[in-house]
Amino acid sequence: MIAWTIYITFGGAVLLLFLPRAFSRWIALLITTATFAISLATFFCHDLDLAHFTTIVRVPWVPALGMNYHLAVDGISLTLVLVTSITAVSSVLFSWDIANPASGGQLLPSGNNSPYESASRSSWATEPVDAIGCPPGAKRVDQRPNEFFFWLLLIAGSSFGVFLSADLFLLFVFYELVIVPKYFLIAIWGSTNKEYGAMKLTLYSFFGGALVFIGIIAAYVSAGSLDLKELAQFRFTPQLQAWAFPILFLGFAVLAGIWPLHTWAPTGHVAAPTAGSMLLAGIVMKLGAYGGLRVAMNLFPQGFQMWSSWIAILAVIGIVYAAAVALRQRDLKFVIGYSSVSHMGFVLLGLATANVLGVSGAVLQMFSHGLIGALLFAVAGRMIYRRTHTRDLDELSLMELNRALPFAAFVFVIASAASMGIPGFSGFAAEITILIGVWKTFPIAVWITGAGMVLVAAFTLRALKRSFFDTALEEGQNVKRVTTPKAFASRPLNREALEPITVPEKLGAVLLMFGTLAIGIYPKFLLDRIQPAVEAMRFLAR
Amino acid sequence: MKRESLNRELLHRDSDSRVTIQRITPEKSRGTVVAGVSPAMPQRRVVGTNVADTAAATGFCRLVAALGLIIAIEAVLMLPARANLFQGMLVISPLNSLFMVVCLVLAFLTILLASREIPNHGEYLAIILLATIGLLLLVSSEELLMIFIGLELTGLSLYLMTAFDKTDIRSAEAGLKYFLFGSTASAFTLFGLSLIYGMVGTTSLAAIAEGLAGQSLSPLLFAGIVMTLVGFAFKIAAAPFHLWAPDAYQGAPVSSAAFIASGSKVASFVVLGKIVLIGFGPVHGSADWHAMVAGWSPVLAVLAAFSILIGNLVALVQTNLRRLLAYSAVAHAGYTLLGIIAGGREGFSATLFYTTIYAFTLIGAFGVVAVVRRETGGDDLQNFAGLRARSPLLVGCMAVFMLSLAGLPPFAGFFGKFYLFSAAFRAGANHGLLWLVALALFGSLISLYYYLIVLKVIFQTQGAETRSLSSLAENGLSRLTIAFAAAIVLFLGIAPQFLVARILAALP
Repeated sequence: MIAWTIYITFGGAVLLLFLPRAFSRWIALLITTATFAISLATFFCHDLDLAHFTTIVRVPWVPALGMNYHLAVDGISLTLVLVTSITAVSSVLFSWDIANPASGGQLLPSGNNSPYESASRSSWATEPVDAIGCPPGAKRVDQRPNEFFFWLLLIAGSSFGVFLSADLFLLFVFYELVIVPKYFLIAIWGSTNKEYGAMKLTLYSFFGGALVFIGIIAAYVSAGSLDLKELAQFRFTPQLQAWAFPILFLGFAVLAGIWPLHTWAPTGHVAAPTAGSMLLAGIVMKLGAYGGLRVAMNLFPQGFQMWSSWIAILAVIGIVYAAAVALRQRDLKFVIGYSSVSHMGFVLLGLATANVLGVSGAVLQMFSHGLIGALLFAVAGRMIYRRTHTRDLDELSLMELNRALPFAAFVFVIASAASMGIPGFSGFAAEITILIGVWKTFPIAVWITGAGMVLVAAFTLRALKRSFFDTALEEGQNVKRVTTPKAFASRPLNREALEPITVPEKLGAVLLMFGTLAIGIYPKFLLDRIQPAVEAMRFLAR
Repeated sequence: MKRESLNRELLHRDSDSRVTIQRITPEKSRGTVVAGVSPAMPQRRVVGTNVADTAAATGFCRLVAALGLIIAIEAVLMLPARANLFQGMLVISPLNSLFMVVCLVLAFLTILLASREIPNHGEYLAIILLATIGLLLLVSSEELLMIFIGLELTGLSLYLMTAFDKTDIRSAEAGLKYFLFGSTASAFTLFGLSLIYGMVGTTSLAAIAEGLAGQSLSPLLFAGIVMTLVGFAFKIAAAPFHLWAPDAYQGAPVSSAAFIASGSKVASFVVLGKIVLIGFGPVHGSADWHAMVAGWSPVLAVLAAFSILIGNLVALVQTNLRRLLAYSAVAHAGYTLLGIIAGGREGFSATLFYTTIYAFTLIGAFGVVAVVRRETGGDDLQNFAGLRARSPLLVGCMAVFMLSLAGLPPFAGFFGKFYLFSAAFRAGANHGLLWLVALALFGSLISLYYYLIVLKVIFQTQGAETRSLSSLAENGLSRLTIAFAAAIVLFLGIAPQFLVARILAALP
């Protein structure tokens, strides 16, 4: 049944291209909701063995080369399918009025709004093209909602495919299939510096893909099979593992935002439209971590043992470094982008521990950050930026948004709390599980990571205060006004003019908040399914 | 003033060249009979120049040419499974028949794409058919003399096709360049082949392999091999023998460029693979890193490495789509060589698969170029701006072609690259060809950038105003052809088994 998440998502994507665009958002919502229902129903379906990678479909595809269309599911895959479907539903809800021509230009701000926009002219191809068709500052009337949802559904469908593939080639097909939709979502519907961000992200992903490609071919040629379940039993020579593991893992980890190959993430997240950032942070970064776990670690356990401490070192550096960088950002989306890198550092650290707790915690963190990251981007990109046309913290701090947009403030407080790892939210459950796991393997990393968590709390609180609760300035403290751009002075904010939070936005936010709260209060629901699946993997240090 | 006089001069020459073409055409009709194509090809329509200029006659010519090709495909399908005519001059085998069909289909698509604005349409189509006969000879021969005749027949016809647009000075330049480079390369090949003939005393590929089996690699033999390879490197546009390609791709009439990039390339790869893998099999050598052994494979490996690097890097800065496709063709020649270097059944089948899907991709891409050129009057990247608003179908097809060239799923290029690179990785002791695979992957990474730039221009911006000169019916036919090519690329990406199984079954 779970395989249908893939089929209906791709089917729906194709259907969107042939139907009137007025229907597109409803179809997208219907399809994503259906995938959510299917994955949730599978969770409660007891006749499925989630402790092992259980085959659902297996059809010969290219028999000459031993490729099969082979899907399988276990607790890890199912958890990630669930978070993908939740994020997909809410990202559709947060792009609800893209189909409404009346609000047309707002998602695509004209160049003069943003201080970063001018940088996008550097690309050589833009100038002649813009000279012909699109003068700077022109607002596009046609939002092309059906194309937008087409790309969005392609990302979701391919992600389902990656999480459910049990054939190495099939997994790689789905993995590479995500690249192009990301490019178009950002390059067409994005905002700040979108062409640069889109190209950077795409080339990084493709670079990671090329490394993965070498690793996959190495595994395929030595074992003579592409079946993940067969490969997981195969004993590769230690020499092969020693060089193939780092290539394969690094290839996947590029997408998971491993330091120092993380720089695509903040740029890409900032450039993407809201739904794009939600999918990038919520799903796409998990594809990398999942690939590292399911393919690299599970196929090459000895290689993993040789390199695990290096992964841990990079992960810890990533956590602390990204948090420190986030502390100094002025653009709210950059803050959240770096926080994503920091949180994905926890995932990589959890994977590097090679014990049940650490790896289960990493999977739980993938789920948790999928929801929290999406929620943070939804607030920053949708609730704030679309209404105020700025994400600059200095400008936002003058706006008293907690009074203008109380619901947005409430959501942001919840999301920040979850992001900081306050008990009761899923972030806490995940990170504490990871840290217990880490304590067993790399005790010293726990100390450094602890310092990193303080930094995480610091930049989250700073962003929260500056964006919503900065009222001190109204009493005439001119200290900070010096740093605000002059543009703001000429654009006083009319608080009543801000459009109230719409119903779809509320629905999407509530869905994500409910998810993070539910798992925060009762993490056992997921852990009971993740842990047996992790125990079945062969890389565990016993 | 200068330009006018030049034009007049060209027009003056025009009458001369027409005479020569007319002399060739009757032979072509006989040639078709030999190859088993429709004998009903009328000679009259080509001779009567005035008649052929009218639209109805143009349509009739195309119909006859297309019908002839369809009948030829039928005839190839009815051939016996194996036969050997004239001591190996013409060999019928499943592999040869398969690629005869591929070449015929590519010629068929080229004819459908040929613009009606080309003057002397009958002659043009006749030359395409003549080139097709050359391709059929190339593909179906396993004997050096016949291969050389096929090469020359194809080459001469393609030079004519390149220079066919007499109103465009670029076309003349391209034709001249192509001719000079091509004839020099042919001379090299002929010299190389004669050296090899002198050493083994036979022209049959299988006999050459037997003759070479015991021999060590003498300088004379090596010179012969290298010279032979130079000629083929020119044919497939591998660097550093690619210099004709950008000009020919850009200057030639679009359908000629499409045929050069597709049909000629497929046949050249088939015959190159046969010569080196069958004929020169014993002097394979080794291209493994740190363990190179002299022979033909290190030579090809160096060519492949140069092609991948030069093709991709130069393509980055192109602003004309046809030039960009030309440089990317150089890079793709490099990738395709990987399979031949890897050798063996798997490597050769990977090469054959890749070159076939590449040919269909390029026919489609040039089809899009042809339509856009007709509508906007140019083929610079700017002319493609805003295409999405005008023709969603063309844009969808172009996205298929570009993404397939970049090697992204679910298109055939992705599977082709996987097949090719895994074959290369498997070959050689201790993954010795990993350096070439890594280089090819690096090249693909570079190439993604410029393919995405093309797509970005097409998708993103509102664009150049349309100059609707062409009739809708013609565009309809072109569109159908392009959509067909896109469908093939998508189908072979989702179900590569269809072609892979046939190629593997045909290889011994």
